[in-house]
Amino acid sequence: MAEIANHLGTPPAATRMNDLSIRVRRSAEYVAIPLFALAVSAVLFSLFLLALGKSPSEFFQLVIRGGFGTAFSLQNTLQRSAPLILTALAVAVPARIGLVIIGGEGALVMGGFAAAALAIPMVVGHWPPLLTWFIMAVTAALVGGIWIGIVGYLRHARGVNETISSLLMTYIGIAIMNFFVEGALRDLSNPNKPSTMPLGDAYMLGKMPGTDVHWGLAVGVILAIILQILLTRTTFGFAVRVAGGNARAALAQGLPVGKLIVICCMIAGACAGLAGFFEVAAIQGRANASLVAGYGFTGILVAFLARHNPIAIIPVAIMFGGIVASGGLIQRRMDLPDATVLVLQGLTFVVLLTSETLYGRFKIFQPPTTDDRT
Amino acid sequence: MSDSAFAIVFFAIVGGALRVSTPFMFVALGECLTEKSGRVNLGLEGTLVLGAMTAYAVSYHSGYPWLGVFAAGLSGAVLGAMHGYICKLPKVNDIAVGIAMMLFGTGIAFFFGKAYIQPSAPRLESFSLGAWTGNQQIATALQINPLLLVGIAVAILMAWAFANTKWGLIVRMAGDSAPAATAMGVSVDLVRFLSTTFGGFLAGVGGAFLSLFYPGSWNQGLSSGQGLMAVALVIFARWSPVRCIIAALLFGAAGAIGPALQSVGITQGYYFFNAAPYILTLLIMIASAGSKRAMRDVPGELSITK
Repeated sequence: MAEIANHLGTPPAATRMNDLSIRVRRSAEYVAIPLFALAVSAVLFSLFLLALGKSPSEFFQLVIRGGFGTAFSLQNTLQRSAPLILTALAVAVPARIGLVIIGGEGALVMGGFAAAALAIPMVVGHWPPLLTWFIMAVTAALVGGIWIGIVGYLRHARGVNETISSLLMTYIGIAIMNFFVEGALRDLSNPNKPSTMPLGDAYMLGKMPGTDVHWGLAVGVILAIILQILLTRTTFGFAVRVAGGNARAALAQGLPVGKLIVICCMIAGACAGLAGFFEVAAIQGRANASLVAGYGFTGILVAFLARHNPIAIIPVAIMFGGIVASGGLIQRRMDLPDATVLVLQGLTFVVLLTSETLYGRFKIFQPPTTDDRT
Repeated sequence: MSDSAFAIVFFAIVGGALRVSTPFMFVALGECLTEKSGRVNLGLEGTLVLGAMTAYAVSYHSGYPWLGVFAAGLSGAVLGAMHGYICKLPKVNDIAVGIAMMLFGTGIAFFFGKAYIQPSAPRLESFSLGAWTGNQQIATALQINPLLLVGIAVAILMAWAFANTKWGLIVRMAGDSAPAATAMGVSVDLVRFLSTTFGGFLAGVGGAFLSLFYPGSWNQGLSSGQGLMAVALVIFARWSPVRCIIAALLFGAAGAIGPALQSVGITQGYYFFNAAPYILTLLIMIASAGSKRAMRDVPGELSITK
């Protein structure tokens, strides 16, 4: 009782301070527990390496050197974090409305493939590169958006589980690309690897000025910021949060839950599709099996580590970009298979999800009022 | 198409269905058991891949393929136990953990499997259902493996146990209503842990079939989504082990169309037929999700259909 009286008696300014302190404590929890999970995974992975007779310190040194050590490796890392930011956004946005979508890889492949296929007549017709890139990017975003949008629609209209259907759609997307790349759209001058016709140097998307990193990074960062604002500072974002928290309550409030679900999924697919566009226009120069590089799957882990916060996705994506980028160096220097990075990722993911159970267990992160009561 | 070519395609699809369906069958049975207890394990794709690698490695080193099958089951049980243990902690989401286990299982399998891509391990023997026709091609097409029969036996046993035994009742109760099970003095967490572990064992055995019989070698592209499709298949089979068998055969037939047509020289649209099982799964999910019959049979505690 004394506590309630005390609370009623506090002036507004102090209440605001109290709110702030609650927010700071909660944010600290959201940072501290994932960091703790990362540390635990690093320890477990070190034990794994030790059991195999490999040196953990050499491994982590190589990750730092291969991912961040030199200007070249840092740019390589940033280059790889661009698609990771985009595919992580493809997980984070639907997660806000309560959907677990793991089909970013499929939207990336379909977006990239559609962009490459559509570019062929434009390249042949000598269209201006700027216009070509614009049309390619819009196509990729649209195709990716529709691809995941279908998943959202099926979820809402038929109750089809979105996790399974989005992964099935990934396999279907890869099969569609293979079907065309090995058949109608195959570049016959390239007998080794079935691919679409190359874009050619004139149509390759350039690097950002002063760097060796393509524009996908800038677009990813800007999109992350825009989506953060959209999700936290707009009516749309509020509606998404309500629908994600309790769909039935949202429906009772007259929110168009189905529409919100489909829009979230389309935004997600558009992000992953754009990642495909950048892979085609800035890295590969054509669509082929190299598009299936696992960015969609690493993006899932990035989004979960960032707790589906678009801004937090940026640093986490750069960290995992570095781990992916150092894979080759680790393979050569330590004689470890290329799947080493996969093991590290899988282990981190498992530990991270296990750490979910820690939320709310540490008093230091809780609002002081609850501390008093206990 | 001539009559004999038609017969060959037909028997190739039937034989292919029997072959291709076996891993589906084991994963679906494992998932069926897990889901009956009220939990979803989406990680069985990773379990399938790890089982395939373990079976191949053990068969290669020991020379006994059946020892490989058993080891594959054990590796699957370990992954299942991990999933079961983690998911019993409060606030942990079983679907998300499944995705993580999928990546983890695949990663471990690829990591240790690299050494076994080249060497060839002793495979499981098979016998032919088509020897009576006297046609060599048909006899080859209808080669089947004892594991198929084991799978069918497990399904029948499971269906009987769910309906008639105390253990079956406990599993179903944990899946339908955790409060009711708790009130009866049953530890829901323990039941789900054991169900997930044994479900993982079955999925691991399914993986052994992939590497030791059909396609019969170990490589990184061995399973592409079979484990996941099997999870979708359980919904279609409405959580009945016997219907799981029928659904698995249907999936096997869909997967066998492409190779069967290829065996008589029709290669057009090969990649399209490759996509057939995924498209079929999706269509089946669309058709069966939200149907009244599925809603009646779904275990009440399941998060996947909510």
